[in-house]
Amino acid sequence: MAAVSFVDATRVYPGADHPSVDKLSLEIGDGEFMVLVGPSGCGKSTSLRMLAGLEEVNSGAIHIGDRDVTDLPPKDRDIAMVFQNYALYPHMTVGDNMGFALKMANVPKAERQQRVMEAAKLLGLEDFLNRKPKALSGGQRQRVAMGRAIVRQPQVFLMDEPLSNLDAKLRVSTRTQIGALQARLGVTTVYVTHDQVEAMTMGDRVAVMRDGLLQQVDTPLALYDHPENLFVAGFIGSPAMNLIPGEAAEGGIKVGDYVVPVERERLARAGDKELTLGVRPENLDVTDGEGIGIDVAVVEELGADAYLYGTLAGLSEDERITAAQYVARISSRRPPSRGERVRLTADPEHLHIFNTKTGARID
Amino acid sequence: MPRFVSARTDSRLIVLPWPVPLEDWPTDNLVALPRGISRHVVRFVRVGSDIYAVKEVLEHLALHEYRLLRDLTRLDVPSVEPVGVVTERFDPDGVPLDPVLVTKHLQFSLPYRSLFHRGVRRDTVNRLVDAMVVLLARLHLIGFLWGDVSLSNTLFRRDAGSFAAYLVDAETGELHDELTTGQREHDLQIARTNLFGEFCDLEAGGLLDAALDPQTLVETIENRYRELWAELTEVEEFDGSEMHRIESRVRRLNALGFDVAELDIVTDFGGSTIRIQPKVVDAGHHSRRLLRLTGLDTEENQARRLLNDLDYFRARTDQQNADEAVVAHQWLTQRFEPVITTIPDDLRGKLEPAELYHEILEHRWFMSEAAGREVDIVKAAEDYVATVLRTLPDEAVAVTDNESMELANPFDPSQGFVDDDWEKPYDPWEDGVEETPDDAPVRGDFLDIEALRRKARG
Repeated sequence: MAAVSFVDATRVYPGADHPSVDKLSLEIGDGEFMVLVGPSGCGKSTSLRMLAGLEEVNSGAIHIGDRDVTDLPPKDRDIAMVFQNYALYPHMTVGDNMGFALKMANVPKAERQQRVMEAAKLLGLEDFLNRKPKALSGGQRQRVAMGRAIVRQPQVFLMDEPLSNLDAKLRVSTRTQIGALQARLGVTTVYVTHDQVEAMTMGDRVAVMRDGLLQQVDTPLALYDHPENLFVAGFIGSPAMNLIPGEAAEGGIKVGDYVVPVERERLARAGDKELTLGVRPENLDVTDGEGIGIDVAVVEELGADAYLYGTLAGLSEDERITAAQYVARISSRRPPSRGERVRLTADPEHLHIFNTKTGARID
Repeated sequence: MPRFVSARTDSRLIVLPWPVPLEDWPTDNLVALPRGISRHVVRFVRVGSDIYAVKEVLEHLALHEYRLLRDLTRLDVPSVEPVGVVTERFDPDGVPLDPVLVTKHLQFSLPYRSLFHRGVRRDTVNRLVDAMVVLLARLHLIGFLWGDVSLSNTLFRRDAGSFAAYLVDAETGELHDELTTGQREHDLQIARTNLFGEFCDLEAGGLLDAALDPQTLVETIENRYRELWAELTEVEEFDGSEMHRIESRVRRLNALGFDVAELDIVTDFGGSTIRIQPKVVDAGHHSRRLLRLTGLDTEENQARRLLNDLDYFRARTDQQNADEAVVAHQWLTQRFEPVITTIPDDLRGKLEPAELYHEILEHRWFMSEAAGREVDIVKAAEDYVATVLRTLPDEAVAVTDNESMELANPFDPSQGFVDDDWEKPYDPWEDGVEETPDDAPVRGDFLDIEALRRKARG
């Protein structure tokens, strides 16, 4: 087991006009589960492949433990890459399906069997070792695939979208299992996904990337409660944070005909008039008094709660089609109906403010 | 009602039982062709006289693969032809089913499982390995990162004693302008692991000749790939007095079946040192030439063989100085077509015409050797039909099954052989876990922040 660090690691593809990964500096602790997340093309997979030794590092360095591995070939890095594609071989036993890569690496038979047995115990597959894989359930197949990586006993696990070809049900159960296993094994893991829910539920910490640049790295809750910029604010959370454009005004930020109260000092730190107000759906509430005017488009009831979707009040029918839609989680005891105009207030404790031009957070 | 995403749908596909999960399709539509193993449900269906491969897969993957396969077809890479994606499938209770990717079954193709068997000649294995290596290099040349290089994702076609490999599965593929060394190494790493696993699986199923060793086979593939890649792309530096090396590099590439469309030549100031590097190389040197001359669309080695015969014909008829296209036309009408017309209709499905012609040339050589004189080619063809062709298996659609044991499911080799020992062993992870009904909603896209807060509080 070992810590991993990226030190200003940069990858520029030949012919590209900007780096795919731009001066990535990231410390991953020994035994930590780090998730790299971001939209397609953000550099997360490239970063993982740089760590695996599959992509050249044009400048900067990568360390595993106290070794500088920047120029080491993949096989000398002591890592195991878990791919999304896996096949179970029908004529081989479950044990052989787990251990065949060790055979390829010329690990002696006795040791191979011992490592496979240990992995099988960990995965609850002991009784399956001498069976053929044909009648395994989807979840059991996933565990065999994990077993293949575990038996290699690497310093670091690398996982590149391992769940992307599973259906929704299996994806949810497998992510719980991977999380639990990693915690038990304590092997440093770097996991890449485009799915922020997956990232938030699995990672000890999550690194959010965009256009080759690291945006923020933090625990899931810190990312959720304290996004450093507009991109992270909009990317993390489902349903997403409401990002409402406004203007600095006396006593707060003006949205439509209402001024959302903000402390004077905080406004002063903004240094700009154009600001964006960020409020999570659960921090908005319907009020009988003053508030942001919203025309209700849809109300979706989910048990004790309801999600209210709507646009800023006073827009024409045509404008509403393209206007930003805002979401509030409200109590479903007395939900408003479609077409109604409501007023929403934001919980001042959970108000996020961003500079609209730079995207930077203002505290 | 299912929806078809396709540039050109075969209307007969529309009536297939789409509201039924592929696993449960009525067998009267299905064809039990040998094929590789797959993690998805895959079936072959017969529609009229055509055969299609259908694969159940998540929507984003199905559409991604459909588009990539179209790109590969457009770029002239040997790959299966995509037909379309069937989305919006629901069973009679309204439960959604995974979309289906439809591809055309590649005629005269053979999956590795029907080629590697007990007693397979080492020579044949080497040729299969070579075909796989050429396919991988061709894909890498056009900037295609396969992501799942494996024998299961490859089909082979006979090619004048050798084989030509085709890509069957592009689900994990990515098309880039150019691949980096790292990306190619990534594919090679996957190739090593997957191929080793597949060879071990054949070994475990008693399907691999005992003389063949998975480790050696995998190493051979890797070494051959590296040799080929170096020849295709590496810089060669030599003295100004060795200009012939430019010509010999081009010839070597032609012999490997590649055309050099662009060669980068750099000389130093005095012209004493020369560096050359092939910049653009296209596969299919011989098959393109044969196609241009005769209209015959063949594999590379078949084309080489037929072109040799064309040269022989030209010499034989004393037309060395005649226009090549004119001679090619004569060869086609006086040699190739008369030979092919000797094949009775009922035996046409045995082998492709170009492969038949190659076989007949071989047959004629043996007959001529035995007779001590040159045997007429049409006579040789008739003898070949009578003595050899009738005994061969039909390969237009290869239903050959040389596995000694019975498959658990003839339509799905991924399930292995029939064996009776199956009793579900104890699985502590699934003990007491209630199966959620299939139609229970899964909020996989919902972030349960309260659960995260509870977890953080411990």
